[in-house]
Amino acid sequence: MLKDQDRIFTNIYGFQSWGIDAAMKRGDWDGTKDILAKGQDWIIDQMKESGLRGRGGAGFPTGVKWSFMPKESKDGRPSYLVINADESEPGTCKDREIMRHDPQKLVEGALIAGYAMRAKAAYIYVRGEFYLEAERLNAAVAQAYEKGFLGKNACGSGYDFDVYVHRGAGAYICGEETALIESLEGKKGQPRLKPPFPANVGVFGCPTTVNNVESIAVAPTILRRGASWFAGLGRPNNTGTKIFCISGHVNTPCNVEEEMGIPLRELIEKHAGGVRGGWDNLLAVIPGGSSVPLLPKSICDDVLMDFDSLKEVKSGLGTAAVIVMDKTTDIVKAIARLSYFYKHESCGQCTPCREGTGWMWRVMERLAVGQAEKEEIDMLLDVTKQVEGHTICALGDAAAWPIQGLIRHFRPEIERRIDVYHGRQIEAAE
Amino acid sequence: MLEVTKSGGPFRFSDENQDEVKAIIAKYPEGRQRSAVMPLLYLAQRQNEGWVSREAIEHIAELLSVPKIQVIEVATFYTMYNLKPIGRHHVQLCGTTPCWLRGSDEVMRACTDMGLEKGKSTEDGLFHLTEVECLGACCNAPMVQINDDFYEDLTYESTKAILEALKRGETPKPGPQKDRQFSAPEGGPTVLRDMMSADAAKE
Repeated sequence: MLKDQDRIFTNIYGFQSWGIDAAMKRGDWDGTKDILAKGQDWIIDQMKESGLRGRGGAGFPTGVKWSFMPKESKDGRPSYLVINADESEPGTCKDREIMRHDPQKLVEGALIAGYAMRAKAAYIYVRGEFYLEAERLNAAVAQAYEKGFLGKNACGSGYDFDVYVHRGAGAYICGEETALIESLEGKKGQPRLKPPFPANVGVFGCPTTVNNVESIAVAPTILRRGASWFAGLGRPNNTGTKIFCISGHVNTPCNVEEEMGIPLRELIEKHAGGVRGGWDNLLAVIPGGSSVPLLPKSICDDVLMDFDSLKEVKSGLGTAAVIVMDKTTDIVKAIARLSYFYKHESCGQCTPCREGTGWMWRVMERLAVGQAEKEEIDMLLDVTKQVEGHTICALGDAAAWPIQGLIRHFRPEIERRIDVYHGRQIEAAE
Repeated sequence: MLEVTKSGGPFRFSDENQDEVKAIIAKYPEGRQRSAVMPLLYLAQRQNEGWVSREAIEHIAELLSVPKIQVIEVATFYTMYNLKPIGRHHVQLCGTTPCWLRGSDEVMRACTDMGLEKGKSTEDGLFHLTEVECLGACCNAPMVQINDDFYEDLTYESTKAILEALKRGETPKPGPQKDRQFSAPEGGPTVLRDMMSADAAKE
């Protein structure tokens, strides 16, 4: 188990004050000026060495992402850092805790990351429903300005940097980085075609990097404690610590920061009080937020919680939102409800997603009660593959994967329901 | 198609909101005032008892010098803008899988037993019930958001108690309705126990 001294988010549960003075006692803003003085290249190299991979779901190396930003502006366009706090992936509730209990980690991280990518300002895009969290973040930003940590000559570094909080208004799609950029510009949140990539043309037509809250908030601690400290936790290519959100059928659901690569079973049993009714009562786990395929108990028994381990079993770490389902779960209905979610959240721009999510949901609803023919299972699988990879953004993929996971691991259950349904029909006819 | 209702009277931002309007617009680079559409729509909604009228949309379009249709597009795209009058307490019930696994159906049952109906306002104008998608409090599921506040770790009984308290004009305590510290496990955290003490606060 991760030692407390290696935990980054020491106030994740909000036992202490969120205010800046308390945060500074916890170590935030300690020697920030010195970190900045080491220069942009040093910061980016350290981030690369730490092995940090994006915490928003895709797992792209954060330092590499930062290095895509232009080192100088040849045409006078400024650069921007945009922080994705549109936390909406079902199962995920970690960034909320950072924003309301440990916001200075995010604010300090914004300055350091913004400086490293030569950005002029950071916009933190907070999902609209997190009204109180956005207010808290606004207050935290104001406190940082008062201390001289932001604004002109931020932290005495000679660098000018502003941080703004921008609220969304209820749209899952705005968690997709180009939809988020559109939304930040005051438009409908519909993803952009790439290229151009945001690092060339992002918000306001300027070079932009979009990072998840957790990725930014861990940066100051990584730079203070050293890239090798972070890289020494977890496994190669899957380093550091991660906040896991454990929800569903466990005895004590919770958020907890743990070492990457912790066995799933250990994570659930040590921190979430175990599966309701014991480990043997486990049916399946969605290990990384609603978009990733579920895993049946047989895989959960010994799988490790990191990017590569979960990829090997055809799922993913995603946002590390662990949704646990015990044997009482109507597994088809559980996934059908996710299909409804994607149908509801499709932005409507690409036909395969707009039409496909509704079509898949309707079939899933029928499968949940067995009102289907067995051939339709393969037809549904085929449609998921026609949606997957054929849309501008990954929402289409995200809608397809949970269904693919269900069919991969629970086809007999789906078929059983069809048999039962038809049996009932025959009985009724007799 | 979503309709945008007229309020029947002109809209302007109140005197107390004028500074806020300026502060919002100032957040964005010059010439990029369109970015203020979303925050201004929200401000208008807060000022206008929880909904955005046609007149408010037109006023914002004028204020920011953007075509009306661009503001309407935004107002109808995002779920949080209410385009017609709405009950005083907007109960947004999360029904997505993590909440559903932990009993959101029971929360819904408590709402319907209290006379709330999905997608509708109660006749006394006190409540409006919406089933929403994941609100990002899954470790405290099931939950509802009522206006700004999250009510978490709900049961049939606690949901009913909250609605009854609101009906009596009280303000029930938001957050977990079970004995637990935010999203720490019930019964106390398994890590960082040192942070719980008053000493840690003083250090």
